[in-house]
Amino acid sequence: MTGSAGIMLVLTWAVVVFFTARFFVKVLRTPPREDGEP
Amino acid sequence: MTRTQQWGTRVGLVLAMAGNAVGLGNFLRFPAQAAQNGGGAFLIPYLISFALMGIPLLWVEWAIGRHGGGFGHHSAPGQLDRLGPYRWLKYVGVFGLFTNLCVAAYYCYIESWTLAYVWHSVAGTFRAVDPQRFFPDYLGVTAGSMFALPLPALFFFAVTLALNTFVLSRGLEKGVELAAKIGMPMLLVFALVLAVRGLTLAPGDPGVIESPLVGLNFVWQPRLSGLLNPTTWMAAAGQIFFTLSVGMGSIHCYASYVKQKQDVALNAASAGWMNEFVEVVLGGSILIPIATAYLGLNVVQAATAGGSGFGIGFLTLPTLFNNWGWFAPLAGAMWFGLLFFAGITSSLAMGQPILSFLEDEFGFRRTRAALAFGAATFLLGFVCVWLYPGGAFDEFDFWTGTFALVVFALLEVVIFAWIFGMDRGWEEITRGADIAVPRIFRFVIKWVTPTFILVVFLGALFQPQGRAWGAAFWKLFGGEMWPFAPESVIGRVLHVGDAGYSWLDAAGAPTRAMVQDLSRLLLLAVFALCFFLVWKAWRLKARREK
Repeated sequence: MTGSAGIMLVLTWAVVVFFTARFFVKVLRTPPREDGEP
Repeated sequence: MTRTQQWGTRVGLVLAMAGNAVGLGNFLRFPAQAAQNGGGAFLIPYLISFALMGIPLLWVEWAIGRHGGGFGHHSAPGQLDRLGPYRWLKYVGVFGLFTNLCVAAYYCYIESWTLAYVWHSVAGTFRAVDPQRFFPDYLGVTAGSMFALPLPALFFFAVTLALNTFVLSRGLEKGVELAAKIGMPMLLVFALVLAVRGLTLAPGDPGVIESPLVGLNFVWQPRLSGLLNPTTWMAAAGQIFFTLSVGMGSIHCYASYVKQKQDVALNAASAGWMNEFVEVVLGGSILIPIATAYLGLNVVQAATAGGSGFGIGFLTLPTLFNNWGWFAPLAGAMWFGLLFFAGITSSLAMGQPILSFLEDEFGFRRTRAALAFGAATFLLGFVCVWLYPGGAFDEFDFWTGTFALVVFALLEVVIFAWIFGMDRGWEEITRGADIAVPRIFRFVIKWVTPTFILVVFLGALFQPQGRAWGAAFWKLFGGEMWPFAPESVIGRVLHVGDAGYSWLDAAGAPTRAMVQDLSRLLLLAVFALCFFLVWKAWRLKARREK
């Protein structure tokens, strides 16, 4: 692979993996509110 | 009744929503689109479109859904009706029924191909038969005929529909959610195994003529000149739009089963990013690298020139897996299995709004509603099967799976931001939110997202030949006609490129133009039927309230 293709791949994968993992972990860790809760 | 239905777990909801978005396009369309539109540079407009159009639309649709669910409406007509005082709003929601029903009809047919290919991969069919010959035979395509009645394809189509109907009849938690909890992890595992196996192929392995990294390079090599080309931006916005399954009414339906004080902002973001992971990381790492390793870059470049990896996925890959020895049947089953899981988690999301509409507005029991959906999908799907060679399938795909989606998304975001109002809209998106939604998105949803969708819509409407926008404008300024592409909306309506437009050929046999026009009339009739059902439902409701 060329350097520029490798950089694009690593940068894009890093952004996508970071946000996917960040939000999914937050979903796993945050229990859903019940309707009575504020 | 639907009122008692709810999601069992939050993870189940997010996986079901992600499964709705993840479809065959993640694996077959994205890598080809990226490679043909600037390579790595494509990802810049792609991610910008995701931030300015994709994520805001997801939040809008989740918010509309949860808001409508609070009034007992789990399908688009009732949900849109609750966004303002105008009686016509519910008729905009007709798109949310029409699109799901018609897309399900042809989408379940594609889904049934993947199921059939799993079977044939395991049975070793592709060791003896060339997939290039197998595929037209399977579809019953014969030269010169506009009709096909392929019994094996009909069998697998019926099995696929029966499976969808069965899962839907089990309800949200025990049907759709369970299917997503099984299907999504399986899809991820299959995709990871194939990506790792494909990327570790090396020249010297049986049949390998080039490093798969050359294929990966083809997808990711940034050609920055592409950023100045409007076609690249249109392609990126279009890919984001269609990969997220927005503009269908299925997200609204799933979100309507979320309780009023529960989060939509984080759930929507998580499901959206999960789809991106499957598309960008996994989708870009299987098809083109493996095909390049065995066929060489030139062949792959030619095969993906139209911006679709469908040909490689169905016609070429089954043969290439034969190089993998004992692992070949398993690899074929995994590839088509992951496509099947991607498909069924999406088709279930198309069925649920129809079930919810029949349950909410006409008091159908769930099983009866599921059977009604299965029967309607079979009837419409049969048209796609029977008239496949004449182009009925393509007509369904374009008018319902492309055109109607953009129209509905444009209308819903304008209604949400301008009729429901951004004050109430913002409150709806952020109520119970487990993440801080940046306030800039108030502005984005009101101005930027509708503009983005409008550009996609106008792009589809006026797409010039060869996607050469600059040359088309020069022609127009020079006093010539706008060169509509045959695949543009107007080009299709006017049958641009059809030499000697006629419904019958010289021998009196039906032509492709006839099949195309009759398919469009059928779709219009289905839209009118959905419109009538909404009108009837509200009439019944008014009578009950008197």
